Amino acid sequence: MLGFIVRRVLLLPPMLLGASLVIFLLLRLGPSDPAMDYLRLSRVPPTAEALEAARALLGLDRPIADQYVDWLWNAVHLDFGVSYALQRPVLPDLLYFLPATLQLAGVALLLTLTISIPLGVWAARHRDGWPDQLVRVIAFFGVSMPNFWLGFLLILLFSVHLGWLPAMGRGGVAHILMPAVAISLMSLSINARLLRASMLEVAGQRHVTYARLRGLSAGKVERTHILRNALLPIITATGMHIGELIGGTLIIEAVFGWPGIGRYAVSAIFNRDYPVVQCFTLLMVAIFVVCNLIVDIVYAWADPRIRMSASGMR
Amino acid sequence: MTAIVQSRAASVAGFWRDSGWAVRVGITVAVALVLVAVFAPAIAPYDPDAVNLTARLQGPSAAHWFGTDHLGRDILSRLIAGSRVSLGAVAITLSLILALGIVIGGTAGFIGGRTDQIIMRLTDIFLTFPTLVLALFMVGILGTGLVNVIIAIALSHWAWYARIVRGIVLSLTHRDYILAARMAGITRWRIFARHLLPATVAQLLVLATLDIGHIMLHVSGLSFLGLGVVPPTAEWGVMMSDARQFVWTEPLLMFWPGLALFVSVMAFNLVGDAVRDRLDPNVRMEHGH
Repeated sequence: MLGFIVRRVLLLPPMLLGASLVIFLLLRLGPSDPAMDYLRLSRVPPTAEALEAARALLGLDRPIADQYVDWLWNAVHLDFGVSYALQRPVLPDLLYFLPATLQLAGVALLLTLTISIPLGVWAARHRDGWPDQLVRVIAFFGVSMPNFWLGFLLILLFSVHLGWLPAMGRGGVAHILMPAVAISLMSLSINARLLRASMLEVAGQRHVTYARLRGLSAGKVERTHILRNALLPIITATGMHIGELIGGTLIIEAVFGWPGIGRYAVSAIFNRDYPVVQCFTLLMVAIFVVCNLIVDIVYAWADPRIRMSASGMR
Repeated sequence: MTAIVQSRAASVAGFWRDSGWAVRVGITVAVALVLVAVFAPAIAPYDPDAVNLTARLQGPSAAHWFGTDHLGRDILSRLIAGSRVSLGAVAITLSLILALGIVIGGTAGFIGGRTDQIIMRLTDIFLTFPTLVLALFMVGILGTGLVNVIIAIALSHWAWYARIVRGIVLSLTHRDYILAARMAGITRWRIFARHLLPATVAQLLVLATLDIGHIMLHVSGLSFLGLGVVPPTAEWGVMMSDARQFVWTEPLLMFWPGLALFVSVMAFNLVGDAVRDRLDPNVRMEHGH
């Protein structure tokens, strides 16, 4: 197990390096001139001399490979440059907003798992009965629902009409409930259906029949022989849902006035404030990659076949 | 594969016949949406962008079925015009994604060797980005606007398609009939176009129809954030963003465009699920981004 974790962790630096290279190249090969945007955001008229000075200041006049190595060297020392618009170091500002985003995405992930697993088990237990149909309908609406619209519907119901929950801002449980539900509905819908299918598939396997023949109770068979195996695809799917949850959080923050990284990043993206955009993207990729690492480790822990075989590394 | 091509005419009728009522509803709604989008200017009762400040924020009435917005524009007309933007954007985005996926994945799988390795490393890197984050990043480079959003979404999705095309092509290149075609002196391009590309059609069709709703949500989501379609263009995400300031007083303004988006995504998801069940029962979980 330890060997698996070490091998998997060693894959992180090359992945992040690759991502940083792609981010850097796309930025530099893109159609716009960072020096122009720098001047625009600094409110300096773009005269020829000013452009020249900005290029020198930003190091744009040097070979692109040198620029990348410089940027990487600074990035390794956690220096991601200074925002064009705010003239403040980028990383501390982003890290200031990050906890709120992680909190929201984390609660959404928690909701996804704690709601989808009972729903999936319930649907599988009553295959083709009304619970199964109900879960099917919920899941069907869930995967098609625009999360930002759902957010507004929740506000309309629980804030405007009933007055139960606050519509805006960050605070206690009451504040986080609606945004987290809006973010997680799609993932939990997919998960519930997936778990149902996976449970029914496992239930048809031989070891389950054998467990039944040994006279184990239906509940024990379901818990130890069906659910444990059926959860494996859910672990994999969770890795993929994390990207969706991160994206959903960035949008939902705008609906609920959640003071997270999304609103800061969106204004930087709108302004083409490149140092912020670059650092934000890399930060999100890093979080996504680390989450997937954790998912892989959980998977290996849950399924010994993976950690035993060398080919189990993805 | 040829069997599928030959029976294509029969399979469209069969598709309808074998489908349950839910799928039929989905197909009907999807076709209706496409028709509305195509004939939008003819159907819309008003000019979607015509401002009429004397008729601001009206409720539903005989003259304005869905009411008017804060600038007195007819909501129904704007919803209809918005269908055109949404479906048009999806059509162009998917074409771009398919083109990139087929060219890049096909090149990797067909040429193989070092080219394949380099392309697949690049594909892997693109797959380490959550799609919305990559789309946001691309908008940050290219700037806002519908065209840039389309490019951004295409660039954040092609890698999934490229990987699948490459896998299929790779699995077939060493089959006897491909080797035979090669020995018969048929050019590589022709082999690719005649024998390898058709083999990818079924899976790509499944992926693409399943992605229609997903891409619609991306386009509207980015527009809602103020990064996509620029106001005053009538687009569902823009309309919802406009309606935000009136949530407490005029909640219907927010309701209609969201409902239009929800129903459209649902219809295309139904069609997508049906196409998948029919063409390829095995792709269920390969595609979850």
